[in-house]
Order: sequence, then structure tokens, then C-alpha cells
Amino acid sequence: MKMIALALLATAEAVALQGAAAGSPIQHVLVQMPLLVLAGVLLGWDLHSRRDWAGPLLLTALTVFLFWMLPRNVDWALTPAGELAKYLSLPLLLGVPLRLSWPWLGPVLRGFLKANGLSMLGVLGFLYTHAPVRICNFYLVSAQQELGFAFLYLAAALACLWAIPVLFGHPRRGPFGTAGCNRCGV
Amino acid sequence: MLARVLPPVLAAIAGGGILWQATDGAQAFTSEAARRLDVVQSPRKVPEVLLEDMTSRQVPLLPQAGEVVLVEFIYTVCGDICQIAAADFAEIRDRLQAHGVTARLLSVSFDPERDTPEQMSIYGDAHQADSRMWTVARPDQRDLPGLLDLFGVTVIPDEWGGFQHNAAIHMISSDGRFSAVFDTDAVEAVLAHLRGVQP
Repeated sequence: MKMIALALLATAEAVALQGAAAGSPIQHVLVQMPLLVLAGVLLGWDLHSRRDWAGPLLLTALTVFLFWMLPRNVDWALTPAGELAKYLSLPLLLGVPLRLSWPWLGPVLRGFLKANGLSMLGVLGFLYTHAPVRICNFYLVSAQQELGFAFLYLAAALACLWAIPVLFGHPRRGPFGTAGCNRCGV
Repeated sequence: MLARVLPPVLAAIAGGGILWQATDGAQAFTSEAARRLDVVQSPRKVPEVLLEDMTSRQVPLLPQAGEVVLVEFIYTVCGDICQIAAADFAEIRDRLQAHGVTARLLSVSFDPERDTPEQMSIYGDAHQADSRMWTVARPDQRDLPGLLDLFGVTVIPDEWGGFQHNAAIHMISSDGRFSAVFDTDAVEAVLAHLRGVQP
């Protein structure tokens, strides 16, 4: 119940940001969209799936993730139809499936996903800061470059965050617990 | 075995299919690329619209008597891209003239309030648009949203009281349909296309 309330709160926050999202790609791509995904994760927090569904659920989440990473869909998300698609698909088809499949993913797959996430943010950061043309028709060149730097900062921050358990052990389990590395970075 | 393998495989195929569709077969990742592809695949009918040119005359947007119309959307006080684009537009005009291709070039203002005929003729003079083959014109304020929508041009205000817009050369073929988009500096591509259309 508490989680559903939090999910609703995150959704409301995201909807309230729609005006700001139209003017700033950072607020759109790095605040509003993650909030919608978070809403889905919270919504699915107490749900459980069978192990055989982990694969399809993860693939669904990845498809939706890649779909919204396309610059043309970032533009589309500012039109009424795209807005609705964004509000529905990011929580229900990305957040919830990610939450449901995550407990079943092994440490290697998790590390693979994280490493790919970081490198993707780096590539996007480079692209958005160096592109000679506007990538999204709805945003200014200056805003596009700011978004590029925001991608790079985010990549650096996530890399630090994910390195903490590796370097210092998991905060709740103490340094290098007996469970070994398969518990790292949960 | 099959029951375990099938769901992930189907999910992967469905996901790949969706992304393939969403990028027009991995061809268009930005809305600008998508617009250009869509126009070529399904040309759009251009409505009968009159524009006011820099000598306050009414000129038609649609091609007359077998000509081709090239349209650029601009605002006359544009500081960067429109000025460079205008120089390339002048080159296209000169070379089309030299080849005897029947074409008309229009620089259409998307800021008709500020771009009065006087303002447009300053821009025209600066780029040698002499209103014979190439003129600068503005639509009626009421026609503007429809035109921008039809051509897929997005105009957003910038930080200095100007605008940023997806600048391009839009081709209206002689049958009155908007059928191709080129980069503003793609002089050779425009000429090659037109020579193909009008031998």
C-alpha cells in the first residue's frame, strides 16, 4: 500500500513536470522519464514473478528503454499521443518488468547491464555535446549540449555509486561478507 | 525445453520488430530524418496559399505551369543558419538559371509579424533575391501553423529573441505535392534531383 502511494506520488510529480519538460531536455529525459520508471518499480515492488518470465520481462523492459532513447521519440513524447504513450509505457512496460525480472538476474548479467548503461551514457554524452546538428527538433542546441554534459555527469555518478560495494563491501552486510561476490551491488 | 526457450525468443523478436518499425527499418533515428523519409515515401499535397512578397505582391505557393518550387523557411533577422542557407540558395538559383530549369525559389518567413515587406526586401537585397526567380515572402498569420505542420517545420524561440528551426530546402514538384527535403547546403543534390525531374 505504501509503495503504491509512493508510485502515485512519483507519477504525479512526473505529470507536473510536463511543462518544464517541453523547455528543458534534462528535465524531460533525466528527471521526468526516470520518475515514471521509478513509479513502475515502486508499483511492482511487492509483486513476484516466476523465474521463466524473467527473460521475456527483461527483454520487454529493454525494448521500451531503447524505444524512448531514440531522439525522434523524445520529440514525439511532447505531442499529446506521445505523452500518453510515455505515461503508460515507462511505468508499466519498463519499471514493473524491470522490478519483476531483477531478482532473477545473475551477477554477471547485472554487471553486463550496468556496464552497458554506463558506456551508453558516455556515448550519448559525446553525441549530444558534439553533434553539429540539432538532434531533437523541439530543443535548442544549447539545451542539447547541456543534456550531453548531464549524461556524462550521470555516468560518472553511477560509476562511483556502483563501485562502492566492489571497493568497500556492501553497506548492510559489512566488508566482503561470506556470501561472496554474487551478492555485490544488489 | 521449447516452453522455456520460446517466450524469451518471442519477446526478443517482438522487441526487435518494434524497434525496427520505430526507426523505419533502422533508417531514421531523429524526427528530422523521419520527416525527410516520410515525405519521399508519401508526398504531401500542398494547399492553395497566397503569400505576400517583398514588393507587397501576392504570390502563389503552388507551382505554376510545370515549374518546381523550392521553399526555405526563414526569419529575416536570423543571425546564423538562414544567412548561410541564403547564400547556398542564391547559388542554386544561379545554376538552375544557367541550366534553364523552370523553377521558382521562395524564402518563406515564419515570423510574418516582424517580417514586413520592407524587412523582407532588406533580406532579399542582402542575398540578391530580386523577386524574379527567387523572392522572399510571408504567409498570412492564419495560414502559418498549417504550413509549418504540413512541411514538418518546428520553430522554437531561442535565448536571444530569435528562433531555432529545422532549416532545409523543401521541394514542391510541379504536380503541387511536397515531395523532397534537402539540407540547406546540398546544392549538388538539389540540382541532380531537378535535372532528373526536368530533362
